Amino acid sequence: MNTPVRELAQVRAENDEADFESRLVRATQGGLPLVARPFAPIAEELGCSEERVISTFRNMLADGRVRRIAAVPNHYRLGYVANGMSVWDVDDALIERIGKQVGNLAMVSHCYERPRKLPHWPYNLFAMVHGRNRDEVREKVESIATLLGDRARSHDVLFSTRILKKTGMRLGDK
Amino acid sequence: MDSLDRSIINRLQAGLPLCERPFLELADELDTSEQTLLERLQAMLDSGLLTRFGPLFVADHLGGVLSLCAIRVPEDRFEPVERIVNSFDEVAHNYERDHELNMWFVIACDALHTKRRVLKDIERQTGLEVLDMPKSREFFIGLHLEV
Repeated sequence: MNTPVRELAQVRAENDEADFESRLVRATQGGLPLVARPFAPIAEELGCSEERVISTFRNMLADGRVRRIAAVPNHYRLGYVANGMSVWDVDDALIERIGKQVGNLAMVSHCYERPRKLPHWPYNLFAMVHGRNRDEVREKVESIATLLGDRARSHDVLFSTRILKKTGMRLGDK
Repeated sequence: MDSLDRSIINRLQAGLPLCERPFLELADELDTSEQTLLERLQAMLDSGLLTRFGPLFVADHLGGVLSLCAIRVPEDRFEPVERIVNSFDEVAHNYERDHELNMWFVIACDALHTKRRVLKDIERQTGLEVLDMPKSREFFIGLHLEV
């Protein structure tokens, strides 16, 4: 059984860890330095070992707080100027599996389960599909439909016709 | 952009290995040198082909409430409804879409009670029903482009 002193030490260690993680988030949310050992300058800034930076990222990746450490392409610059919000009515019991399958396809982003709003809205799976033009997006949506077969009862794709407002989100993972 | 840039973009969207010299490991995989890989990445960031390079943190774990909402707006009332919806600071994005539900917006705020108040206010001011569709599960966020 823990003595109060040991408990206190443990709480302090956990606080230190949480504090370290939030300093690590602040130090790297703008990006990683492009040098051969990218974690070394971060470690120096935070006054810890390079190994601690790497192992903290490993933990945050494992529990999902960091999605990945990766390059984010500017899809407009790469010619992917069209996108459509594809929406699907799938069995609730299958959605976990189908969602992962669709979310992992190339050209798909933002794959979410959302509540249906019957009778107006029968769809419970949303997946943003990207392409160089609308026909390419429609083709991709149809290939997803083929992949899902009768596991999707119905689907639709909604294109945006105008941006009415776009401000920097106060929250976000950029 | 040449074929090396393309393979760098394709490979690096998937994620960096976690080790002291991750670019060395990736350079081997891409059949190039660590130095060339770093130079190409820097050039693509400078030219804007890449918007960033680094850890992608999950916003939910950092706090906050997000929801996707939709309204079916009668065509002849579109502009006044647009003005009302856009007037709320909590409305971050708003798109017109080609569907009966023709207005889709994202609410981003600090707490659930704030979201409820904003949705009520929008419904009262527009006289229209707002469908509130917060995500219940996320399967993937991010975009893997094949270039």
